[in-house]
Amino acid sequence: MEAPLLRVEGLQTHFASELGTIKAVDGVTFDVPRGGVLGMVGESGSGKSVTGLSILRLLGSRNATIAGGRILFKGEDLLQKSEAEMRQIRGGSISMVFQNAMTSLDPFFRIGDQLAEVIKLHQGLRGKAARDRALHALELVRIPDPVAKLKSYPHQLSGGQRQRVVIALALACEPDLLIADEPTTALDATVQKQIIDLLLDINRELGTAIVMITHDMGVVAHMCQTVAVMYAGRIVEHGAVEDVLRSPEHPYTRGLMASVPRLHTEASAAGRTRQRLYQIGGSAPLPLRLTDGCAFAPRCPEVGPECWTVDPPTVGFRDGQEAVCHRRAEETVEEDLRVRA
Amino acid sequence: MAGYLLRRLGGMVLVLLGVSLLVFLIMQLVPGDPARTLLGPTATAEAIAAVRQDLGLNQPLVNQYLDYLGGLLRGDLNNSLVMAQPVTEIVFPKLGNTIILAAGALVICLVVGVPLGVLAATRQYSLFDRGAMFLSLAGASVPVYWAALVAISIFALQLGWLPTSGMYDVRNPGGFGDLLLHLVLPAATAAVVPTAVIARLTRSVMVEALQQDHIRMLRANGVSERQIVWRHALRNALPPIVNIVGLQVGYLLGGVIFIEVVFSWPGLGGQLYTSITANDMPIIQAGVLFIAVVFVVVNLVADIVVALLDPRTREAVR
Repeated sequence: MEAPLLRVEGLQTHFASELGTIKAVDGVTFDVPRGGVLGMVGESGSGKSVTGLSILRLLGSRNATIAGGRILFKGEDLLQKSEAEMRQIRGGSISMVFQNAMTSLDPFFRIGDQLAEVIKLHQGLRGKAARDRALHALELVRIPDPVAKLKSYPHQLSGGQRQRVVIALALACEPDLLIADEPTTALDATVQKQIIDLLLDINRELGTAIVMITHDMGVVAHMCQTVAVMYAGRIVEHGAVEDVLRSPEHPYTRGLMASVPRLHTEASAAGRTRQRLYQIGGSAPLPLRLTDGCAFAPRCPEVGPECWTVDPPTVGFRDGQEAVCHRRAEETVEEDLRVRA
Repeated sequence: MAGYLLRRLGGMVLVLLGVSLLVFLIMQLVPGDPARTLLGPTATAEAIAAVRQDLGLNQPLVNQYLDYLGGLLRGDLNNSLVMAQPVTEIVFPKLGNTIILAAGALVICLVVGVPLGVLAATRQYSLFDRGAMFLSLAGASVPVYWAALVAISIFALQLGWLPTSGMYDVRNPGGFGDLLLHLVLPAATAAVVPTAVIARLTRSVMVEALQQDHIRMLRANGVSERQIVWRHALRNALPPIVNIVGLQVGYLLGGVIFIEVVFSWPGLGGQLYTSITANDMPIIQAGVLFIAVVFVVVNLVADIVVALLDPRTREAVR
């Protein structure tokens, strides 16, 4: 098998806090193949954004350290790179787009100048060549009237247009990988759809691999091939999108799927038995992890005694789907016994 | 732009009217009779009465003030009571000297204060940051006249590097270079407090600017820290810095009174000091008014610069 474009192995990202070390990312492993689209889902604080920032080493806080693991990009460990080498990679071969579309552009500089700055940095182009490249990037994200937009300031653009410009900035130097951290959060629903479709088109046309960080299962279903579900700093389930969404194995994923509103169930269509949307009880814990055991145990409907004390094992299912759970482990053992008997 | 400017100029006139009224009223409260001051302790009651009549001091206050305003509009600020000379001839050259001193101090403020604040912000909570912020807190708390005396004692008397006082060497006036040499100590002393204020403000707005989303976006695109700090973050932090610098000009113009007295700088501050002790009403009024004019104009310019700096407000001003 061809080596993946990005391979994250046992990533540990820790934050020092007054409460002790918070393991925001605690042993996360996943692959992104060339041209693939991986979805990372989880609620706020699950460590999905920190994972994205760790890949580019953009944690920025003095309290944050990458305490372990490897981040192999095209076979080279990004954690071994110097800061200068990382600057070449950032915006050059790996780009990142953030959620705050309204505020992700410098309000004091024209769109064209902001694009030209990045283009000059990574491709050494200046003047007319840089301007042409900038124009090309704006055309790529299908901004109306791109020539005029080069001279615009960010405040003259709508939120959706600004996020398009941000994506143009990220793609201006044709990176191999785009990390998109909830890029549609601040946008209207219709604009969200447009941005998601734009990212998909870019993935198909340019072959840019995408790590899509989101809490929206709909987005995952629409654009990803594989999905990793994060909870309290760990990936609790991953696999092909069809498998995970159709037959989620981890209780947390099942809870997530059950809490997605459905328009077309018979009950709601009939309008008689209106059901309350499923809700996972409790709230996401701070990943302090003082004891062993499953972090989801306090909220898990299937919790058993061993869940509180023993780290759950990884259980494999068909087509590489994996979940980290005691219950599923037991069931597979029972299944095995039944098959053998 | 024209509408905005007209509105601001209208506001300016009101402010200056208020200032002139305030100075006029305060001088009425100050003990002492200008006529008596003028004639000395041996003057007869008749002579004093005659001079009071002559100066219009027997008129109602309102009339005196309106007289003064009328003169102001004609550009006639009366004569000095002590020196038989038109006020304008005395005050304008002194105002020029004060502006030279304040400008020198301002240059020091900007060259030291802004970079200090930027460097402290980029090294938040480091030893440098804490040291610089402690120094600037100390600097902002130092009484200027004390700082001036200490500076003279060290740099002029003990080390002998710089002249103690004056604007030019009296025996051997040496033009611009000589002026600069005489300017260093008083300007540096006058700059202490505003530099500290500017450094602290610059640090806090830079810290905020560096946390903005688009700064993170620049980092994610591989832009170097130096570009981020000096090109993007400082550009974003500039408007509040320009505003505070405008306000510091006001502080400088007021604060140089002490500096000018200690360093015998022939400026408006020193002149005001002597005129206040001599109860020389016309000079005090003119001096305070001119300082107010300079202050208001500088801040108007600062506001316009701020509006022009930000593309979001540029349209509105134009």
